[in-house]
Amino acid sequence: MGDHEVEALLRVADSCLVLAQRLTGWCGHAPALEEDIALANVALDVLGQARGLLTRAGELEAAGRDEDALAYLRDAPDFRNLLLVEQPNGDFAHTMLRQFLFDAWAVELWPELASSTDPVIAGIAGKAAKEAAYHLRHSAGWVERLGDGTDESHRRMLASLEDLWPYAGEAFLDDDVDRAAAEAGLAPLPSSLLAGWRARVEAVLTESTLPVPPDPWWQRGGRQGRHTEQLTRLLAEMQVVHRAYPGARW
Amino acid sequence: MCTQGLDQPRTLAAEDVSARAEHFEARVAAEDKIEPPDWMPDAYRALLIRQIAQHAHSEIVGMLPEGNWLSRAPSLRRKGILLAKVQDEAGHGLYLYSAAETLGVTRDELVDQLLAGTAKYSSIFNYPTLTWADVGAVGWLVDGAAIMNQVPLCRCSYGPYARAMVRICREESFHQRQGFELLTVLAQGTPAQHAMAQDALDRWWWPAVMMFGPPDSESTHNDRSLRWKVKRFTNDELRQKFVDLTVPQAQFLALTVPDPDLAYDGEHWRFGKPDWSEFKRVVKGDGPCNRERLVARRTAHEDGAWVREAAVAHAAKRVLV
Ligand SMILES: [Fe+2]
Ligand SMILES: [Fe+2]
Repeated sequence: MGDHEVEALLRVADSCLVLAQRLTGWCGHAPALEEDIALANVALDVLGQARGLLTRAGELEAAGRDEDALAYLRDAPDFRNLLLVEQPNGDFAHTMLRQFLFDAWAVELWPELASSTDPVIAGIAGKAAKEAAYHLRHSAGWVERLGDGTDESHRRMLASLEDLWPYAGEAFLDDDVDRAAAEAGLAPLPSSLLAGWRARVEAVLTESTLPVPPDPWWQRGGRQGRHTEQLTRLLAEMQVVHRAYPGARW
Repeated sequence: MCTQGLDQPRTLAAEDVSARAEHFEARVAAEDKIEPPDWMPDAYRALLIRQIAQHAHSEIVGMLPEGNWLSRAPSLRRKGILLAKVQDEAGHGLYLYSAAETLGVTRDELVDQLLAGTAKYSSIFNYPTLTWADVGAVGWLVDGAAIMNQVPLCRCSYGPYARAMVRICREESFHQRQGFELLTVLAQGTPAQHAMAQDALDRWWWPAVMMFGPPDSESTHNDRSLRWKVKRFTNDELRQKFVDLTVPQAQFLALTVPDPDLAYDGEHWRFGKPDWSEFKRVVKGDGPCNRERLVARRTAHEDGAWVREAAVAHAAKRVLV
C-alpha cells in the first residue's frame, strides 16, 4: 500500500473524528432532550466510522500506529480533515447546516467506498452508508424546520449559510492523492460526488426557503494538512489527557 | 332545591373517596400495581410526582459532570463509552418525565421548576469532576449507589414508574461496571494513574454514601413512602448495603476508602459518620457546583428557545399546506 492510499483514508477518517469531537460539545446542552440524544447518536456513529478507518489506516501504514496513536499523537498539520468539520458549533443553525452539508457528502461517499477494493474499508462503508442516510434525514429535517420556521430561525440559517458555504466545496476538489486512490479502486474521485451532492443540497435549501448561494472560492487545504485557526485548539483539548501521561494505557 | 342539588354529590363523593381509599390501600398491600387511570390518594400522587421528577432532573443534571470529560477522554474507545453513557442518562430523563406525565403534570412544568431552582435533584451532581478518574468514580460509585436505590423501585406500587425503572436499572448496572473497569485500568496503571484513581475515591466516597439521603432518624418521607410501597428499604438500610458491596470492590482495586472508622464486624462493614452538615449545605445550594449546574441547564433551555419555536412554527405551516 502506498502512502497516498493511507493519506486518502485519513482524509475521511479525520473528518469523521473531528466532527464527532465537535458534536460531543452539544451533549447536555441541546435545545431539547430529544436532540441531546439524536446528536449523541450521530456523534457515536461518526466516531465509530473514524475508529474503523483510523485502525485500517494504521494497519495499511504498517508503522505500528493504532487508532489512538493516530488520533492523539498527531499535530494539526498531520490531520487531513475537511475544513468544514473543524468550524465551531456556533448556534444550533450552524451545527445543523454543517451537519447537513457533511451528511449530503457522506451519503454520496459511503456507498462508493462500500465497493472499495479493500474489503475492510468496504465493510466499514457498508454500515456507514446506512448511518449517513439516517443522519441526513435528521439534519435536512432541521435545515427545513429552521429555514422555514420563524423569522429568527430563518435569519440564523442565512447567517450560518454565509459562514459555512465557503467550506462546503472542499470535499469535491481532486488532487494527486485522490487520483492515485481512485486508480487503485480504494476510494471514489472526490469530484465524482459533486453532482449528487449539489442536487440534494439545492433541493433541501429550496424546500427550506433558503437561497442557494453562488459558488464562491472554495476554502481548501484541510485535506492536505493546512487548516483554519480552529483545529489546533480543538486538538489541544481532545489530546490533553492522553499526552499528559505518555505510554499510559486507558 | 338548588343547594341540595349541589350538596348531594359532594356527600356522595366524600363517601366514595373513603371507599376508594380503602380499596387503594388494599390493592397496594396486595402488591397490585396502580395504573394511571386508577383512583389514588392526592398525597400518593404528589409523592410520586415529587420523587419521579426529582429522579428525572437528576438524570439530566447528571449529564453535566461527566459530559465535562467527553472532549478529553484519553482513548477513542473511552470517548465512545462515555458518550453512550451520557446519552443513556438523557434517555432515562425522558422515560422518567413520561412516567411523571401519566400523573397529570407536563414535562414543561417540571422543567420550569428545575430551572427556577424550586425542584430538587440528586445533590451528588453538585460536585465537580476534576480528573479523568472522576468519570470512573462516578460510574462506579454514583451509578452504583443509584442502582442500590433503584432496583427496589422496579417493584414500586406505581406501574409506569416501576416499568421505567426496570429498563433504567439494566443500563445503570452497565454504567457501574464500565466505571469500575475504567478505574481498574487506572488503579493497575502507572503510579500517576493510580494516584488519580485514589484521589477520585477520596473525593467521591462520602458524597456517594450520602446519596441515600439523611439518616432514618431524620428522614421525613420514609414512613408513607414505605407504606405505599414506593420505597422498600429505608435510607440507612440501602446505605449499609451499598457500603457492604463497595468496600470489597475498593480492596480489589487496591484503593483506600477514606474512612478511618471502617471495620468489618463479621457481617457488615461498619462505617464512620458522614458529614451531614456538608450534605445539608450542598442540598441548600452551597455545594461547589450548584450554581454552575443550574446556569448550564438554563442556558441550554434559553439558547434553545428559538429552535423549539421554529419547530412549532414549521409544523404549523405544514398542517396549513
Ligand atoms: Fe441514569
Ligand atoms: Fe447511569
